[in-house]
Amino acid sequence: MMHRSHVQKLGFAFLTLCAITVVAPILVVIGIIFVEGVRVVSWEFISAVPHDGMKEGGIFPAIVGTLLLTLGTAVCAIPVGVGGSVYLAEYAKDNWMTRAIRLAIVNLAGIPSIVYGLFGLGMFVLFMHMGTSILAGVLTLAIMTLPVIISTSEEALRTVPTEFRTVSASLGGTRWQGIRYIVLPQALPGIITGIILGLLRAAGETAPILFTVAAFYLPRLPQSPFDQVMALPYHLYVISTQVPGMPMSVQYGTALVLLILVLSMNFVATIIRSYFRRRRQW
Amino acid sequence: MVEPKIRIEGVSYFYGDFQALDDISMDIPPNSVTVFFGPASGGKTTMLRLINRLNDIVEGTRMSGSILINGKNIYDPDINLAELRRRVGMVFALPLPLPGTIRENVVYGLKLAGIVDRNRTDEVLERSLDQAAIWEEVKDRLDSPANALSGGQQQRLCIARSLALEPEVLLLDEPTSGLDPISTRKVEESLHELKKLYTIIIVPHSIQQAARVADQAAFFLMGKLIEYRPGTEIFTRPREKRTEDYITGRFG
Repeated sequence: MMHRSHVQKLGFAFLTLCAITVVAPILVVIGIIFVEGVRVVSWEFISAVPHDGMKEGGIFPAIVGTLLLTLGTAVCAIPVGVGGSVYLAEYAKDNWMTRAIRLAIVNLAGIPSIVYGLFGLGMFVLFMHMGTSILAGVLTLAIMTLPVIISTSEEALRTVPTEFRTVSASLGGTRWQGIRYIVLPQALPGIITGIILGLLRAAGETAPILFTVAAFYLPRLPQSPFDQVMALPYHLYVISTQVPGMPMSVQYGTALVLLILVLSMNFVATIIRSYFRRRRQW
Repeated sequence: MVEPKIRIEGVSYFYGDFQALDDISMDIPPNSVTVFFGPASGGKTTMLRLINRLNDIVEGTRMSGSILINGKNIYDPDINLAELRRRVGMVFALPLPLPGTIRENVVYGLKLAGIVDRNRTDEVLERSLDQAAIWEEVKDRLDSPANALSGGQQQRLCIARSLALEPEVLLLDEPTSGLDPISTRKVEESLHELKKLYTIIIVPHSIQQAARVADQAAFFLMGKLIEYRPGTEIFTRPREKRTEDYITGRFG
């Protein structure tokens, strides 16, 4: 029989191996993209419009496009998502209907993004006559993001102790006042986490914007919400698969910019979250 | 005979199928300490929470009878709940400071009522902390986090938080159950001062405490009000056998 401490060592070794297996591929991918991409990324690359069949120039319109789409998604999805989670966590009674809504939300979170893309095409682009436009793309991305925001925010609201709500009520507070002054501020770090997760997914996805907003080649900035726009993930897809003779370096450069954009958004959001987390007390 | 501050008339209460209170009727005089005592799940805490309608939040409950404060039924449909709870303060068994500073805790009820004028809130802050016998201990750190206080201080802070609203009635649900003897004594002493201004109902955490603070005491057993008489009589010469058994420690 093996000694207990040996079993423990073996267990730790196995768990460490698991952790490495998870992290290593990500590090390798990031490393390769960084090493290859950093050679082409210059001020011109991120500030100029593409020309010569996208083989020359930069990717400025695609960067702006992705930023606009992410911002638009945030504006549409955050109020509705947080509002919905407050309703579900604080107001909704536990009956078959709210259980059905919750089940639907969990399922929606698992739907492949291409399905959202097709839904956006049918609903916004065609049925609502928005055409292939920023508006249609933003709404599609927002719908894709909502389930993530709602379910994580609801979870965050539920972890705030019930007693706070009771105390607030006992001091003459309406239910909304308790939510507004106590529950929401305490749940904020968790809610922000949900928002980060949702928006990062929106920023990096290709399928939902494929039919609803993304332009193959549009070397200018959009003029209105009804314009099309280039976007980084789609642009990366295009230059990797659709344009013959595209230099690899441009692809790596684009991938690096997308990666940096997403990671820096993540970083900023994490700082905001830790700021609010420090203020949390219970 | 003084007009009762609170009149409880034929109150029965159900959690689902479980009957927590069975036809309770009693008058509670103003400016005194009334004690609800008895073994666990006898209905005393439920009775207390019905007086500021805090049990409204609990789903699947049913109530009959009426509770009158100053002659007005608080279960009438035209009652403003927020206003009722400002008039009837509540302190819970565990100290439950809200997130935030000592100051924010005390003035929270004022903020809910829309009172934010700094002169006014500062005045209330000092008065209510003083009434709860904690002003001297916290006056130099009003803007530090409330949860950094000791348990006893937190509970007196919670009392101050209720007093900030100048309630007519103060409900205390085992307010000293988590406190050390010294803090407990401080809370009990402050009750003697507070009853000059307020009507106090307390669920004590021991019979000794009940006997120390009670002007009148009500013995609850399995949802029934067994005996309700002045504290000087009920603890020394109980009329009911069951009250006597409980007080002398034969069960409970």
